[in-house]
Amino acid sequence: MNVPHIVGASVPRKEGREKVTGAARYVDDMVLPGMLHGATVRSSVPRGKIKKISFGPNVDWIEFVVVTAKDIPGKNCIALIQDDQPCLAPEIVNHAEEPILLLAHADRHKLRKAVEAISIEYEPLPSVHSMEESERKSTIIWGTDNTLKSYLVEKGDVDSVWKEAAHIVEGEYFTGAQEQLYIENNGVIAAFEPESGVTVWGSLQCPYYVHKALMVLCGLGEDKVRVVQMETGGAFGGKEEYPSMIAGHAALLAIKSGKPVKIIYDRMEDMVATTKRHPSRTRHRTAVDKDGRILGGEIDFTIDGGAYATLSSVVLSRGTIHAGGAYYWPSVRIRTRAIATNTPPHGAFRGFGAPQSLFALERHMDRIAQVVGISPIEVRRRNFLKTGQTTTTEQTIRENIDLDRLLDRALELSGYDAKKKRFAVENKNGQLKKGIGIASFLHGAGFTGSGERYLNSLVGVEAGRDGVVRVLVSSAEFGQGTNTVLCQIAAEALGLPYENIAIAQPDTAVVPNSGPTVASRTAMIVGKLVQSATMGIKETLLKSGLLVEDYTSDQFRVACREYIAAHGALKSYARFESPGNVYWDDEKYRGEAYAAFAWAVYIAEVTVDLTTYSVNVDDFVALQEIGKVLNPVLAEGQITGGVAQGIGFALYEKVVWQNGRMLNNQMTNYIMPTSVDLPPIRVFFEEHGNVHGAHGAKGIGELPMDGPAPAIVNAVEDALGVPFNFIPLLPEDVFEALRDKSAERGVLSPARGTA
Amino acid sequence: MRADPADYKLVSPGNLQAVLSLLADEPAQWLPIAGGTDVMVLYSAGKLPNRKLINIWSIPELRRIDSLPDRIRIGAACTYTTLRRNEIILREFPLLALAASWTGGIANQNRGTLGGNIANASPAADSLPALLVYDAELTLVSVRGERRVPYRTFHMGYKKTALAADELIRDISLPRKFSGYIPHARKVGARNAQAISKVCLAALGQVSNGTIRAVRLALGSVAPVPLRLGETEQLLTGGKIELSLINAARKSVIQEIRPIDDIRSTARYRASVAANLVAEFVEKLAVAGTNA
Amino acid sequence: MKSSMENGAKIEVSFIANGEERKLLAYPMERLLDVLRSDLGLTGVKEGCGEGECGSCSVLLDGMLVNSCLIPVAQVSGASIVTIEGLSRHALLNPLQKAFLECGGAQCGICTPGMILAAVHLLEKKPEPALADIREGLAGNLCRCTGYMQIFEAVARAAQPRMAK
Repeated sequence: MNVPHIVGASVPRKEGREKVTGAARYVDDMVLPGMLHGATVRSSVPRGKIKKISFGPNVDWIEFVVVTAKDIPGKNCIALIQDDQPCLAPEIVNHAEEPILLLAHADRHKLRKAVEAISIEYEPLPSVHSMEESERKSTIIWGTDNTLKSYLVEKGDVDSVWKEAAHIVEGEYFTGAQEQLYIENNGVIAAFEPESGVTVWGSLQCPYYVHKALMVLCGLGEDKVRVVQMETGGAFGGKEEYPSMIAGHAALLAIKSGKPVKIIYDRMEDMVATTKRHPSRTRHRTAVDKDGRILGGEIDFTIDGGAYATLSSVVLSRGTIHAGGAYYWPSVRIRTRAIATNTPPHGAFRGFGAPQSLFALERHMDRIAQVVGISPIEVRRRNFLKTGQTTTTEQTIRENIDLDRLLDRALELSGYDAKKKRFAVENKNGQLKKGIGIASFLHGAGFTGSGERYLNSLVGVEAGRDGVVRVLVSSAEFGQGTNTVLCQIAAEALGLPYENIAIAQPDTAVVPNSGPTVASRTAMIVGKLVQSATMGIKETLLKSGLLVEDYTSDQFRVACREYIAAHGALKSYARFESPGNVYWDDEKYRGEAYAAFAWAVYIAEVTVDLTTYSVNVDDFVALQEIGKVLNPVLAEGQITGGVAQGIGFALYEKVVWQNGRMLNNQMTNYIMPTSVDLPPIRVFFEEHGNVHGAHGAKGIGELPMDGPAPAIVNAVEDALGVPFNFIPLLPEDVFEALRDKSAERGVLSPARGTA
Repeated sequence: MRADPADYKLVSPGNLQAVLSLLADEPAQWLPIAGGTDVMVLYSAGKLPNRKLINIWSIPELRRIDSLPDRIRIGAACTYTTLRRNEIILREFPLLALAASWTGGIANQNRGTLGGNIANASPAADSLPALLVYDAELTLVSVRGERRVPYRTFHMGYKKTALAADELIRDISLPRKFSGYIPHARKVGARNAQAISKVCLAALGQVSNGTIRAVRLALGSVAPVPLRLGETEQLLTGGKIELSLINAARKSVIQEIRPIDDIRSTARYRASVAANLVAEFVEKLAVAGTNA
Repeated sequence: MKSSMENGAKIEVSFIANGEERKLLAYPMERLLDVLRSDLGLTGVKEGCGEGECGSCSVLLDGMLVNSCLIPVAQVSGASIVTIEGLSRHALLNPLQKAFLECGGAQCGICTPGMILAAVHLLEKKPEPALADIREGLAGNLCRCTGYMQIFEAVARAAQPRMAK
């Protein structure tokens, strides 16, 4: 194969023209004849027994479609992993805003009034609203002990290191919930015909997750459920598992009414009722030698899963595996758990556990540096993983990675040394204190361990009579560039122009299951399968004699036409094959956790204004090694977008809880950065290849979420000399800490805690 | 969208007299709506108690700006964008232009009006402190005639104003006597744009030989109403700018204000920042004084 | 302007949308956003928040950028409205639309119609914007995907030909 010229180029976004002209079709843009609107009646208590449901007067209830748990044809659950989450609460509710019943009507205003006319009486049950309360186990709300899942990772002999240690460094770190805040709210349309079954169109990431969930909920066979992904206005994990719930609701209403039903959440409902990033608490206890080298340590990591298990076990898994970060741990014990509280279940959000455990680790590295008396740079240099060493799960780093040099480059790009000197002088006077902080980290791409084998992804490619080659995958586009890079890969594999490649709308009736669009796996794993499947088309044509090497696109078109005339169709499939030397032990949580790691060093420069206590990020350098840049414009956009979300995670985005319910569920009061809040985000790439990814690509979607928060909080400590060990870090928190400058304690509680 | 348009009435009489007649016929029944940037948010959230609205967006008397030799008269339905573009406001009332630039994004500035901000009476509104330091005077009109009300007396309690049930704010006038003052304003919000203020300061000062000759201070978001800090002003007036004066001023600010904990911030934070903002202003005066 | 006589009566509203005269019956308090999307089929105008915070519903009303979710339709009588659909003529993309495509200014695309209109509005007022002007002009349009950087580039690129003069 020649040097790629389509892969690696910034070809325009495949569906870009539709997006810039307003022609792109999102689910709320679609209307079906006879369509009803659907709405959800939700619990107003965090935990209780439903005693009575009253349908108020002044509503003509006969006009309404009403669905309760009793109407569910299949199993009343949202099938995912543990299947403990009901689609509609049958008797006990376990979180505020839990769905209890569904209504539909052609007039959405009458519908809303009907929702308000339903009153529900509950017998309240004791509820749990914090991780600490859940751990105390005085009130059991899930299983036998409130523990949704736990892991234990052990490497080496941790218990022996303490006596050798020159220093034992402890720290406790917290991260708060974060709302994905895709600008397009959750929405679906469902229709039901007895012969063909249920069809759902929706804003979603994983058509086949919804497909499976509907089969179980509706008691239908796989050919009687069809799921179609519409143009999706942002997702970030918030539309990974949640759509199964809203799709289930719409499907039930469609089945009962025989009419299509559209459910679109407004912003208030979406924020209060759907998933958020898991809050976390990490405790580190680390033994280091006199030079700051890690001898071993204990890491205790807890995440709040909310009321049902949903994806918590997988978020916990990723958080567990990333807890040791980009450093070499000769020995370690990592104890982790996801515990239940009476909150709407927390779920997938870009990074998926890693931003939480990496925040703690990267703050802790700076703490170790302080205790030992070396710089944050030096402590990292002395502990970086090197080629040939093993991670905390004893995965050998086989690729050539030189984190030392990556750090050097990041320092140079950010002007670190000069800035440190300048800040030392400038900070002596005035109200503005400047600081600079680092985070160095890794992010594993693809599903953990045997996950990809379990997913068993299948990709198809089909050529048409017109020579247009269509990629058939269930991988969803929601802004990250799926459509574009997969078409680039196919074009490159065939030596055809990018314009000759199309990609099918993900429709389970049409495309095979290439796995969910999550875990930064699409470019890397699905891309490689697209490459194989596409080459299959080429091989078929070459073998048939209808085409010779070095063909033109006209010749290709003619060959397709002739082949299809003779054989009916021209398709090729490729299925995921696990690389032979990958070994993962699910019980001991040991082995090759990920097929590939991307590596990064991020540097944040901040100013803390002592007049307002606000932290402003002035400059941000994001340097990462990602295997191969498939499309420079798209890759850069992924990083800048992820960094922006990371800045929000660190400084702006606070979920205010009251009795297990989000109080600030409006965009006015849940603050994400605007165009005047962000620094220049300067993005740089290195490309060292990756045997497991198409053209050497590694996954990059989630990587940029891991670095910004710790780099920023490290920078704030650099500016003020005050350590903060929780995020979001609001001006009110900075104020409280400076008020009481007896800040020897490492943990400072937020100005407003959780309710 | 949590309101049914069919349940609401919106009338557009088209001229001021017709509007006032309707307000007089059915006092407290009709909610005037100009740009809608406050009303429509409540409406969409299903939280607007009023069912009858009267459209005052295009009433000519409410949209004019008249510059007289001694004052400028701003129609109540002038938008923030209009304020930001007016030469006299930019030159002689920069705190108002600045506050206008801080109120929402461009789209909301194109629709939000000064009169709407005043009538809505949120203590967090950005332009209200500026009106306080500029000695604004409101012209309130009804079928009974017109009356002038010093803006300083207009807010009586949280969201309670001196506006009678049949009255409308017609214009806001500002005396053109502040060119000799050093202006200063600062808004502290949760982010740099599109933020409801946590604390907001508008200030004017005159200084010579390191002594404050005159000073005006107004804060938003630290009390149920936008607040002129009369006591702190008194303390500062005639004072020599030095650390002891600034510290005394800080204490005085904290005593004068009544901030609360709410969904956006805390009372303690607001108090400290309010004191910091006033201290910052006094320091600015000190620097300006030495440059004078 | 007509006034409605009965509670809850629809009124006739006429205005120009993307150069075309439109006349329809609507409740005066219908949001302009809903009228544009449902009555006129201009689904390029998006709802992101319903509270005037995100700017996805931005349209040009008599040349002014406004949030259509906050405007009762009765107030647009006689006005001229431009939505994203009105920007490109005969399948030719407007320079901003082209720049957004080249620079990666659109990712998921949901904020894009409002963002492009905000940029149109900005360039009309400030044909040679500095970066600070671009940031300010777009501050009322939230984007969750891009982190804004490539949007700034797109606007600067679209402004370039004018700046080159």
